[in-house]
Amino acid sequence: MKWGVVVFPGSNCDRDTLWALGDELAQDASFIWHQEKSVEGYDAIVLPGGFSYGDYLRTGAIARFSPVMEAVEKFAQRGGLVLGICNGFQILLEAGLLPGAMLRNSSLQFRCHFLHIRVENEKTPFTLACNKGEVLRVPIAHNEGNYYADDATIKSLADNGRIVFRYCDEHGAVTPEANPNGSMDSIAGICNKAGNVLGMMPHPERCSEAVLSSSDGAKVFRSAIKFWERG
Amino acid sequence: MERWTQVGLTQDEYRLIVDTLGREPNDLELGLYGGMWSEHCSYKSSKVLLKKFPTTGLRVRQGPGENAGVVDIGDGLAVVFKAESHNHPSAVEPFQGAATGVGGIIRDIFTMGARPIAMFDSLRFGEMDDARSRYLLGGVVGGIAFYGNCIGIPTVGGEIYFEDCYKDNPLVNVLCVGLVNPAKIIKGRAEGVGNSVMLVGAKTGRDGIHGASLLASQVFAESAEDKRPAVQVGDPFMEKLLIEACLEALQTGYIVGLQDLGAAGLTSASSEAAARAKNGLDLDIAKVPRRETGMTPYEVMLSESQERMLVIVKKGFEKPVTGIFARWGLDSTVVGRVTDTGMLRVLQDGVVVGEVPARSLADEGPAYQRPEKRPAYLDSAQRLDLSAVPEPEDYGQALDTLLRSLNIASKEWVYRQYDHMVQVNTIVLPGADAAVLRVKGTRKAIALSTDANGRYCYLDPFVGGAIAVAESARNVVCTGARPVAITNCLNFGNPERPEVMWQFRRTIEGMAEACKALDTPVTGGNVSFYNETSGRAIYPTPLVGMLGVMEDQDRRTTPGFKSAGDMIILLGTTREELGGSEYLKLVHGLVAGTPPALDLQLETAVQAACLDAIEQGIARSAHDCSEGGIAVALAECCFSAEDGAKGAEVSLEGAAAVEHSAGAACAGPDDAGADRAGPDGIRKDALLFGESQSRIIVSCSPVDAGRILSIAQEHRAPAAVIGTVGGQKLRISAGGGKMPLIDRDTSELEKPWREVLAWTLK
Repeated sequence: MKWGVVVFPGSNCDRDTLWALGDELAQDASFIWHQEKSVEGYDAIVLPGGFSYGDYLRTGAIARFSPVMEAVEKFAQRGGLVLGICNGFQILLEAGLLPGAMLRNSSLQFRCHFLHIRVENEKTPFTLACNKGEVLRVPIAHNEGNYYADDATIKSLADNGRIVFRYCDEHGAVTPEANPNGSMDSIAGICNKAGNVLGMMPHPERCSEAVLSSSDGAKVFRSAIKFWERG
Repeated sequence: MERWTQVGLTQDEYRLIVDTLGREPNDLELGLYGGMWSEHCSYKSSKVLLKKFPTTGLRVRQGPGENAGVVDIGDGLAVVFKAESHNHPSAVEPFQGAATGVGGIIRDIFTMGARPIAMFDSLRFGEMDDARSRYLLGGVVGGIAFYGNCIGIPTVGGEIYFEDCYKDNPLVNVLCVGLVNPAKIIKGRAEGVGNSVMLVGAKTGRDGIHGASLLASQVFAESAEDKRPAVQVGDPFMEKLLIEACLEALQTGYIVGLQDLGAAGLTSASSEAAARAKNGLDLDIAKVPRRETGMTPYEVMLSESQERMLVIVKKGFEKPVTGIFARWGLDSTVVGRVTDTGMLRVLQDGVVVGEVPARSLADEGPAYQRPEKRPAYLDSAQRLDLSAVPEPEDYGQALDTLLRSLNIASKEWVYRQYDHMVQVNTIVLPGADAAVLRVKGTRKAIALSTDANGRYCYLDPFVGGAIAVAESARNVVCTGARPVAITNCLNFGNPERPEVMWQFRRTIEGMAEACKALDTPVTGGNVSFYNETSGRAIYPTPLVGMLGVMEDQDRRTTPGFKSAGDMIILLGTTREELGGSEYLKLVHGLVAGTPPALDLQLETAVQAACLDAIEQGIARSAHDCSEGGIAVALAECCFSAEDGAKGAEVSLEGAAAVEHSAGAACAGPDDAGADRAGPDGIRKDALLFGESQSRIIVSCSPVDAGRILSIAQEHRAPAAVIGTVGGQKLRISAGGGKMPLIDRDTSELEKPWREVLAWTLK
């Protein structure tokens, strides 16, 4: 399985993602420069976290016009696996590959800490190594993670199992206190209709090995590997 | 106004310039000297005294003099680290002042060819009941978050203290750490006559002119608002591109020197690079890309526009280098060449507009041994009559008060606003004694702690300086790392006042003595003078950044208690010492006495014992006793348990041992040698809240307690079992009474400790 990690100017979790995939999960993974016009030969694409184009204008708003994004869009339409983490999630929203938008955190502050998310749909390509309702311990690090969409969109996401992760407490209870940014319906991650495109605010690459105090994030990558191996 | 005053120089300094040049300088040339001979750039008041620091050691690859110090950590790797102040800019414009401070120190690190891997911030503000101090804190933390989060370097540690003396002069000290293959270190040298001088990154504007000479090197006027234009504006995205592009361009081998543009901008970068290589430099400033039109040569040379680098490129290889920068979307322009004249020549379209010896700017500035005088306040401040200080009626209440002190309470409100995990190396998260970062591809980790206690230094600068070094080393030891070297940032008042110079010298002497005893040489540093307003200086505040190396990252240790039933052991000795303590200030409203004595032999013994216990894998937790004494330290061990607050049952009967004679306490002639009671006579508040140095709380499985005691004995470190972990309460008894002095639910104590900073700032 060949993974590509897109490098936008200002990406800063690109190297971490490559480390998690390559060094920890022994995957064949390499960088894709944002000016590439093709993603031929890759089986999964990660849009990593960071501050592409300095988050100037609006998070992800400039990156989505990078040449590579057209190729990523086609790749996604063909059913290729696309994972957007944090800034990558924001780019997917701006590119229209996922619905909704990000507002500033309700605290109006950047937030970086470990928290818990609940696996709401264990059947997606990115969660099939998890159990339904499983609680993962993962970190967040963002300023704009306050997911917003109109009520109809939220309802449709919920009804179709497209809310993949919700913020919760350590026991799995979804509460306002466990929500770090005010996102609607405690949304931490959503997928597209087909399930092959996932956007999530927490950073699985930051918790894919025990030395980083949690290896729960590896389950997201392992799920994708399992999905791909099944064919 | 005299010509020299306009650029912040004295008449004598002006005469020295005339002697050097053999003529009057023109306005541009005078401006160059104004920047380079400023206190900030030239260290003219401090460089004589800084020679007292030990600067060599087996691991030191680069001591003071380059952009940053370099320490070998083995496995073909070296750590590059340096601290810098951005105090005055942050006082004028806290958000951008702090942000550009972060940007500046990061450039110092990748200028050496190292990848920056971590940042620390040491901050000082006035008390939080002052609205402007709250504004400054919010702005500074926001600025650090803005710059640091974007650029992808984790902010993993630091410290914050609140004290009235910092009200008008907040301190913002930033420290950056990088990792490099020592064979690939690049220096800020303009080597090779004929090589091209390239300017890379942001365009040059009119921002920050006179930042070094007028903003950083003079006493603050009451209203600093008019200095706001001297503060630069930061663009972390641009700097992120610069890091990646420079590190990539260095791989080509065509770059012979790299120098960032910081204080005094192009002037300091070009003259320092030329002087280090004993070469000259021709700069055609008409070629410097500008952000605005109509800039004079003076403005171009002294602009402190951020995110710019000077790159010395092998002649004929400019194109491939430019290609890499272009790929990252960065401008790179050849603006000059290296010459053998030793002169910094500034040309505009081929016409020489200024010409001075590079070394006279960079190296041959004035050096002063300024007059000193022991401050008059010391005698009265050091006087402390403990018999007039009543013991608190309720020790539990006193503990609660201390835990709500912003100087002691959790700083989570701050560090949760910083990305402290990016680069996936942070294996001990903020909140511990020191941050620990694993070194990928090895078993190693590095630990780093920043410390300074201004109040101790105010009461006795020698002892306070020594304690800053000892405590930072102790913090590093508590994580399981061996302290190896320091960098520093020395924050003081106006050096033209003899009292400030006396404080400065005594602080350096104290630090130097501790550095020698602990074998942690000084690899570099920064001096920030003129931190005073209306003749009221800050406390002397010598920030120490201590680097430690851990051979096996799996041996890392954190302060939190691990399991119920574990034994709690105190390494070190508790004396009746309340001088300068947070307890005395908070509960009795006193900033008085002498700081706790520091016995460097005892310090070394305690640190060696703690490290040994950790390296043998039997110490489950380790935590330094500092502000608030042993009671606060125990509470923090309870709160920091990873699976929710734990309780502890502690008896301090054996903790007051003062019998050992490990050597004379580290004290200058100024140490009044406060009266110290014997073990029986020790006051209970001193036992609980006194800040005796060289103490570490260690916990271990009951089966290992004996081994830890014998390890301590081998190292001649006093040690005693003082209690056990367990329950939901923190119970501390002492003095033979049946009732514990403190008997509180840990969760009740924890809530305010964890949240008081957020409550305060709401």
